[in-house]
Parts: sequence; C-alpha cells; structure tokens
Amino acid sequence: MEKRCMDSQVKGVSTGTTILAATFDGGVVIGSDSRASIGGEYVSSKTINKVVQVHDQIFCCMAGSLADAQAVTKAAKFHLSLHSVQMEIPPLVIAAASVLKELCYKNKDELQAGFITAGWDKKKGPQVYVVSLGGMLIRQPVTIGGSGSTYIYGYVDAKYKPNMSREECLQFATNALALAMGRDNVSGGVAHLVVITETGVEHVVVPGDKLPKFHNE
Amino acid sequence: MLEETGPEWLSEEVKTGTTIIAIEFNGGVVLGSDSRVSAGDSVVNRVMNKLSPLHDKIYCALSGSAADAQTIAEMVNYQLDVHSIEIDKDPRVRSAATLVRNISYKYKEELSAHLIVAGWDRRDGGQVFATLNGLLTRQPFAVGGSGSSYVYGYVDAEYRRNMNKEECQQFVLNTLSLAMNRDGSSGGVAYIVSIDEHSTEEKVILGNDLPTFFDQ
Repeated sequence: MEKRCMDSQVKGVSTGTTILAATFDGGVVIGSDSRASIGGEYVSSKTINKVVQVHDQIFCCMAGSLADAQAVTKAAKFHLSLHSVQMEIPPLVIAAASVLKELCYKNKDELQAGFITAGWDKKKGPQVYVVSLGGMLIRQPVTIGGSGSTYIYGYVDAKYKPNMSREECLQFATNALALAMGRDNVSGGVAHLVVITETGVEHVVVPGDKLPKFHNE
Repeated sequence: MLEETGPEWLSEEVKTGTTIIAIEFNGGVVLGSDSRVSAGDSVVNRVMNKLSPLHDKIYCALSGSAADAQTIAEMVNYQLDVHSIEIDKDPRVRSAATLVRNISYKYKEELSAHLIVAGWDRRDGGQVFATLNGLLTRQPFAVGGSGSSYVYGYVDAEYRRNMNKEECQQFVLNTLSLAMNRDGSSGGVAYIVSIDEHSTEEKVILGNDLPTFFDQ
C-alpha cells in the first residue's frame, strides 16, 4: 500500500501529539492537545499539559520523545533563570530558543526531541521559534508540530493571516487543534492554549465538548 | 567493489505519489489532481493527467503505483463499455465503482493503487465513491494520495453541503494547491474535470495561476 508520510512513522518515536504556536497583533498563542498514549493503543493520560513555562513570558511545547523533552526543558529552565539573573533583565525569547537549540544540537545523536518556543519580550515583541530534531533554529510567524500536525498543514497555510486580532488567533488555534485531534488517533482530549502578550499570560482550556465541530461530526 | 547501478529512476518503482480529490455538488461532480509522477527522488513526468475517463460521464482519479492504477483504469474502461452495450444505456457511477472495487479487492495483495471514482448518471445525479483497499463507499467528497494527509484539516473545515459548481471548483483548486505546496511527491499543474448533466469539462491550471497563501 502507498506510504503516507506521517511524523510518527518517519521519526520512529513521537509523543503522539499536536502542538502549535502563532503570532497575532500584540502577542502569541501557543497550544497543544492533552493526550498521552502508549504505542497508539492505550491512552495513559487524557489531560496532560504539554505546554511548559520556561520563564514568566516564555513558554514551550515539546514533540518527540517525552523523556528527552522533559530533561531538556528542565535544563533549559535552569540555564534561563541563571542567565536572567546575570543580565538583570527578563530573558529574550530567542535566548530561550537558543538554549534549547544548543542542547538539541550538541546532543543530536542521543536526543529525539523538537520544540516550539513562543513568548513576548521588550526587544522584538511577540515571537515564535522552532527548534527541529537536529538542532536547527528558525523563527516563523506560525508553526505546527507533532504527529497530528500532518493533517493541518493545509488548514494552517490557508487560514493563518499575519496581524490577526487576539480573538481571531485564538479561534484559529482552537480550530486547528480540533481538526488535528479529529483525524489523528494519538491526539485528543482537551485543547490547552496559552496567550502571551505584553501585559501577561492567560491560560485557556477548551474541553472536548466545547471544541468546534465540523461538517462530519 | 563498487557496482554500477545506473540512474535511480531506472530501478525505482514509478509511483504517482499524488494528491487527488473528488467532490459532489447538486447536479454533478468535480474531480481534481496534481501532475507529478516520481520514481524515488526523480520526477519522471511533471505533466501527467491523473484523471482518467471510464466513460463519457464517469472519471476516475489515480494514485499509488502508476502502472497498477493505469491498468485498473483501462480494464474497467473496457468492462464498462461491454456492460453499457449489454444494458443498452449509459452505465451508473456505482457500476463503475463496483468494477474498480472488484479488481482492487481480488488482487489486493499484488496491487497498490487507490482509485477514486466519480461521475454523473441520470438515476442518482453526481456521486463520488472511494475504493481504497477494496472497500466501496459513497461519500460527499474524497481525498487520496500522499498529499491528502496534509489537507484533511483543511477539507474538514471548509467543506459545506450544497455548494454550487464554481464553489466546488475553487474548493478543489485550493485543496490541490495547499497539498502541492507541502507534499514533495505532488506538484506541477492542476487538472480539473467537471461533470454534470450537460457537459464534461476538462481544465488545466498552470503553476503560476494556482491560488497562493500567506507565506508565498
């Protein structure tokens, strides 16, 4: 049968997840689903939060091996807090992304984890960075990851617009997560979203029954 | 000892690694496909029309192994001609889909192709059938091929019932363009076929006329 190129098959190990981050006018939205599964057969947690806070206004989402991702984010949190004490200012988003990148690149043979970092800082405002498996760091206005992201590339390409309003961007992110969760059997549960702006951080949780429904549901 | 294996495209299987889509509207169907045929990493044909006629008002969209898909389409074309002479009228879309399904199911271990069958007949109007793996199911729309994974979210979100022909054509064009942008095995130009009671219209949309999105 024809090979469908899905993240979980290509990478070998995956948190079976959907993660995304998008910039809007004045901030960023970063979000994920909440399902943890074993071998794609058993849902070990229905409500795990995959959005990790690494500093006051910087969050990251992990894709790949959960163990590797947790170890790397712990190390990154430590480096970042030391860095911000030495600099006497809150760390830049690119600093957080670079710390993750250094760890991923230097240990690329052992690790299997990729990250999306999103946040707000005074210098460049709202930013989204993606650190891929081998340690490439790149800034993008919108980015998606995890096994469920395959199904929403088309939707994100078509529907994302730069400089949306906060509400539009939140709706866009919720729709994208809901669509991915609808097609990927290892993504599901609730949608965890975090909105980061100059003024602060807001957590939004959209439970399963409140997620947008589409024509075939 | 280094072996002279020759160019990759002589030894790799030729696949249509593709994006195909068919959608039903009130009064007909629209089918669409990209035009890339690959053998491993090489593109061996960048302008192949993967929408193959089975009868005047019934077309199928090919994906998977190029040879398998073409052979199935040709066999069904022949069988459908014979059938329509026997019954002395135009065949039903469901008959064409059943013939495709019978071949796909009987030879499912040897073949690796997926055909989407769509058309118009007097009895049931526009219909789209998926025949993946030897099943037969009628759907309001169907997507297939390697590029389809990337656009499941888009088609789930954007499909509405009761679109008219022009809206369906735009929907198909947008979907093909998005998939071609993301799938390495899909690309080239877009072929669109629109079938209704009065006509069967084939169109080609060249690369630079395809819809573009925010990052292009």
